Amino acid sequence: MGQGALPLALALFVVMGASPVAAEEIGDAARGAKLFQRQCAACHQVGPEAVNRVGPTLTGIFGRRAGANKDFNYSKSMLRMGSDGLTWTLKSLDTYIENPRSLVSGTRMSFRGMDDPVARSDLLAFLRDYSDQPRDIPEAEPTALKTLPDLAPEILSIKGDPEYGEYLSSECSTCHQRDGSDQGIPTITNWPAEDFVAAMHAYKAKLRPHPVMQMMAGRLSNEEIAALAAYFESLD
Amino acid sequence: MILKRRSFIGTGLAAASLLAAPIVWGQAKLRVVVIGGGAGGATAARYLAKDGGGALDVTLVEANPIYTTCFFSNLYLGGLRDFESLQHGYDKIGAGVTVIHDMATGVDRAARTVTLAGGQVLPYDRLVLSPGIDFKDDSVPGWSLDAVEVMPHAYKAGPQTQLLKAMVDSMPQGGTFAMVAPPNPYRCPPGPYERVSMVAHALKQTNPTAKILVLDPKDKYSKQALFEEGWAKYYNGMVTWVGPEFGGGEVEVRPDSMEVVIEGEAQKVDVCNVIPGQIAGRIAAIAGVTDDTGWAPVHPDSMKSKADENVYVLGDSSAQGDMPKSGFSANSQAKVAAMTIRGELTGSKVFPAKYSNTCWSLIAPEDGVKVGASYEPTPEKIASVESFISGTGEDAALRKATYEESLGWYAGITADAFG
Repeated sequence: MGQGALPLALALFVVMGASPVAAEEIGDAARGAKLFQRQCAACHQVGPEAVNRVGPTLTGIFGRRAGANKDFNYSKSMLRMGSDGLTWTLKSLDTYIENPRSLVSGTRMSFRGMDDPVARSDLLAFLRDYSDQPRDIPEAEPTALKTLPDLAPEILSIKGDPEYGEYLSSECSTCHQRDGSDQGIPTITNWPAEDFVAAMHAYKAKLRPHPVMQMMAGRLSNEEIAALAAYFESLD
Repeated sequence: MILKRRSFIGTGLAAASLLAAPIVWGQAKLRVVVIGGGAGGATAARYLAKDGGGALDVTLVEANPIYTTCFFSNLYLGGLRDFESLQHGYDKIGAGVTVIHDMATGVDRAARTVTLAGGQVLPYDRLVLSPGIDFKDDSVPGWSLDAVEVMPHAYKAGPQTQLLKAMVDSMPQGGTFAMVAPPNPYRCPPGPYERVSMVAHALKQTNPTAKILVLDPKDKYSKQALFEEGWAKYYNGMVTWVGPEFGGGEVEVRPDSMEVVIEGEAQKVDVCNVIPGQIAGRIAAIAGVTDDTGWAPVHPDSMKSKADENVYVLGDSSAQGDMPKSGFSANSQAKVAAMTIRGELTGSKVFPAKYSNTCWSLIAPEDGVKVGASYEPTPEKIASVESFISGTGEDAALRKATYEESLGWYAGITADAFG
């Protein structure tokens, strides 16, 4: 965070907050500002004078296509999600901040995620104030804040059957090469099971935008996802 | 119905077939013969050998020592891919598969043998037919297989594809490329229209005043809105599509004078690509597993022929329900068949069948679109569960990503099938 950028932006926020139609309450922006300073500002700047640092500037992040900041060197994974159609909304940002790799497997953002939904809402309320039209966010129903994928501990604890996973995997290997090549289509060989499960559930919940994967994951049961995760993790 | 060996012996019906042609206990290896080395047959052979754990003797019969994929052959016509990049040998298919380069000419289902043109007779316990398509001789008046050197179909990839490209490349300036599109059902539903796009792209570079005339017996076709949008965007005014309402369904061709006759009116053209009506690859009819539609009906949960429980039919040749005839479908079906056969012959676990398909098409360089669906067996047919299609008006980044994805898919499926 560049010195000075934050206070200026906060002043801006006060002016905007006074507009006749107030933005919908989604969290405590002041608390969010403190969270930002503590957890994000080492890498990200936000505000009118913000520039790209280790991470891209977050000014105007809402409504922006993932990986769309031309001056920032994104991971291949983030660029791919962007071209697949991932756009930053309250919902997708919430998911990303909760567990970055569930949404963008190969993101370079080394942030383990923020479990507390209230903290995330506060942070997003803060970031929202650096958008052009804060009161238009969320665009529609406030339920957009619902956190997905909502992975219950019993889903995460399913032990997959690798033999079943091997059969199911024959459907994957039409496109994803077992030898780990990743031309045009990412490799899934040797993925940690936890990441695999999170990613598949994110497709199943249509949080990740790719239509083929939404369809493929959409008809897999929790057990089948676990079986595939166990199998692909075990591949040499 | 999935028969495991244990239940197999117990049932009267199955016991009868067991007597007729017993699977001999203690026989060294159970034999599976696969006819056709394309996306369906090569995949089936590989998975049978790989997952059979050495218990199965797998023989793949394919006439061509080098296989040329029909999928992506339009990109070669468009000048975006080498011919060699479409070609795959069988040297990496895996140690467990014996490959015989010959033509299967006979199937004796009672004796469970396959006869090859070279005279060899192959006994089998299970037979997998994946012979692709053949053409109906009377589909387009004036056209027959005798005319393929003048009016190529280029719908089985190989020398026909190279011939069509040579014809496009040497078209006179401002000349006309005509395509007679096939009636349903046929291999690769978006294929003819991707071909139109790729020929248009090639002509745009060297022959921008050339015209493309598509004569179509169908009211509508796969990805129509996407193709129409693309043709208007990249090849404006070059492509004319004539549907059945304006005579596209009643076309006669005259190979001797290079004419197409639409509603009685003859028109001279420079290249004429006739993609005729299609039927299952000939060996399926020889084996007696096709019905009067010309395709081979199969059980939706296993790809087993409805005519013979020891025979499986994959890919384009099969009549299974909602899946399009495509390399992706054949590859998907091959895995279900291989798992079922392995279960029957070795007692290995049989899981519920799942099928899927995606067809990518290229409209212009780096402008790719796709359509796809997932499928499940119902008692009547393989039924579509969920589907998707690219949208019109998508941005260039998404179309480029879709194209790159199709390259990844090509690399993936060919590695899956050929090793």
